Amino acid sequence: MRHIISVLLENEPGALSRVSGLFSARGYNIESLTVAPTEDASLSRMTIVTTGSDEVIEQITKQLNKLIEVVKVIDLSDGVHIERELMLVKVRAVSKDREEMKRMADIFRGRIIDVTDKDYTIELTGTGSKLDAFLSAIDRSAILETVRTGASGIGRGDRVLRT
Amino acid sequence: MELDRPEILAENRQDAGKKELNGAEIVVRCLQEEGVEYLFGYPGGAVLYLYDELFKQDKVKHILVRHEQGAVHAADGYSRSTEKIGVALVTSGPGVTNAITGIATAYMDSIPLVIITGQVPTHAIGQDAFQECDTVGITRPCVKHNFLIKDVKDIAATIKKAFYIAASGRPGPVVVDIPKDITRPDHTAEFNYPKSISMRSYNPVVKGHAGQIRKAVQLLNRAKRPMIYTGGGVVLGNAAPELAQLVRMLNFPCTNTLMGLGGYPATDRQFVGMLGMHGTYEANMAMQHCDVLLAIGARFDDRVIGNPAHFFEEPRSIIHIDIDPSSISKRVKVDVPIVGNVREVLQDLTRQLQAAKEKPDAIALKSWWTQIDEWRGRNCLKYERNSKIIKPQYVLEKLYEVTKGEAFVTSDVGQHQMWAAQFYKFDKPRRWINSGGLGTMGFGLPAAMGVRLGNPGADVACVTGEGSIQMCIQELSTCKQYHLPIKVINLNNRYLGMVRQWQQVDYSSRYSESYMNALPDFMKLAEAYGHVGMLIEKPSDVEPALKEAFKLKDRLVFMDFITDQTENVWPMVKAGKGLTEMLLGSEDL
Repeated sequence: MRHIISVLLENEPGALSRVSGLFSARGYNIESLTVAPTEDASLSRMTIVTTGSDEVIEQITKQLNKLIEVVKVIDLSDGVHIERELMLVKVRAVSKDREEMKRMADIFRGRIIDVTDKDYTIELTGTGSKLDAFLSAIDRSAILETVRTGASGIGRGDRVLRT
Repeated sequence: MELDRPEILAENRQDAGKKELNGAEIVVRCLQEEGVEYLFGYPGGAVLYLYDELFKQDKVKHILVRHEQGAVHAADGYSRSTEKIGVALVTSGPGVTNAITGIATAYMDSIPLVIITGQVPTHAIGQDAFQECDTVGITRPCVKHNFLIKDVKDIAATIKKAFYIAASGRPGPVVVDIPKDITRPDHTAEFNYPKSISMRSYNPVVKGHAGQIRKAVQLLNRAKRPMIYTGGGVVLGNAAPELAQLVRMLNFPCTNTLMGLGGYPATDRQFVGMLGMHGTYEANMAMQHCDVLLAIGARFDDRVIGNPAHFFEEPRSIIHIDIDPSSISKRVKVDVPIVGNVREVLQDLTRQLQAAKEKPDAIALKSWWTQIDEWRGRNCLKYERNSKIIKPQYVLEKLYEVTKGEAFVTSDVGQHQMWAAQFYKFDKPRRWINSGGLGTMGFGLPAAMGVRLGNPGADVACVTGEGSIQMCIQELSTCKQYHLPIKVINLNNRYLGMVRQWQQVDYSSRYSESYMNALPDFMKLAEAYGHVGMLIEKPSDVEPALKEAFKLKDRLVFMDFITDQTENVWPMVKAGKGLTEMLLGSEDL
């Protein structure tokens, strides 16, 4: 049901709105969407996490391929792949909670990247479920804000997406 | 033909000795390089430099419409009837928003157009400037692609790409948005029109997969109850001769969709009529009960196969040839998908069928034809022939006879459109010009202008109704200016007929807002525009009036036929019903 789709597309203004417009016009779900230029500045790579039946996913990949600026599309979920997401969490960290929060960050291999006398900002990467696990592991009332990038994905081994 | 134009004072400017051209010059040169014959447009602030440049040349002839919707429909009709790319030019803001209906119409029916739109100067974009709108954003969902040009150096390559994208693969409209400052005289660049273009992100498939074609050959040769169903792709892909060859070789029945009419000769014995919501009994029955279905350039639209669940109650194998992979297995799961240019695939398929040892089972085919002929015997298109009031079907039958089936017929949207599709037998492709996908009322008259310009001397009939015609009636003025002798066949029943029909069938005859009061006197209106008007009220006057009208070779004749208000289009498959759950007449209500 959940699919992670990688799209290689021309790095041109408006390309992102063509993709997001396609999803809204045809009623497809977007769980997350990330995009940035690749090592070749003329290309962008997008990772889209979506859900749908096999028929819907087939249509999504076909419709993406139909966009003039799209160079290549692969459904990473068709094979072995790795996905990672980055999250920044600002948490309240005063008195005895300070030590506890530091310990939790360590357990999840997070890094504290900003410190004040009242709070920490923790950087955490992993799969979406790992990030979810961290958020449920800490005291919910201590969370001041969170920001997540959405998943980026890449195929394992010689499974390569390029022009 | 001669056009009423102001005298052109400046000679066609040659650029000898002048290295750099300004943006407006480049745009016009690009259009000339593309061999654009007609440019349908309407001037305004943001495109004045372009119009100034058009004034100085006479290769590209500009047709001044009366509303931007008309410009795009005219370019569309021109393209559908000629195989060429239609080109329109409109100004920014309201020029663009008026053009949207035309663009969306072309998009739904995959018509190759290039629409050049003016934009406010680059420095004013995003400032809510006068006549500004986000053209690229507003057209994005209804174009194949669009561009915003931000540098005079990019004009030539962008326009080349626009023409290439519009016509290749599955065709469609492409918008090129050009800010006013890009066309300013002091912004110049060297002009090099690329001969060809290649894009790493866009490479439409042409050849069908040989292995898939082999599978199709096997299925076709083993079919006991085969059916060939073809759509607009055969017309747009110029594959009618290939289709006729294949169908005759196999002796299989063939049906066309609304968009596909003329793809196979309608007067041929193997043609079972149009299928779908208002398709023939025999076409819909054969579609439902076939065991092997060959779909060519068609997309299993909701108006064509009705409820997909009902369609699947009968088992059958489906082969689907289409240039657009996303049209395959979209609404209906298919067994043998073949992606490719319809014409090339049909050539390969025919070759392989000829070479195959196995041949279709002649005995099974004979009994299938017996069954089809029995369905045909229902005579589903019959109507009351002794009526004292003009029956719309009768007008179309006579139109067919008077024009000997040779006219280009455009239509608007509604009952008249369906009757035209049922009763005018199109033997050739690109003769039937209608808005099938979007269903745009107001399409017929401006489309007919484009058809006539693209086919000088041809008989062009615009079949319409008193509702549709009023949506773009201002184009009668354009017809006068450019001497376009279209014959407008107005089937006037004082009702929005198709709405009335649905209200009768589905809403217990509550005719909510479908009756039109205070209609104009169309005869006088036509005369006011400088044309010939005719009012036809008796069945016995229909044929003589048509004959007289088509004799007036150089005049537009507006024929107002007062027709039966209660007539409905039969057969009818109600929305959401199965293809064979047809109502064959009022007795089935």
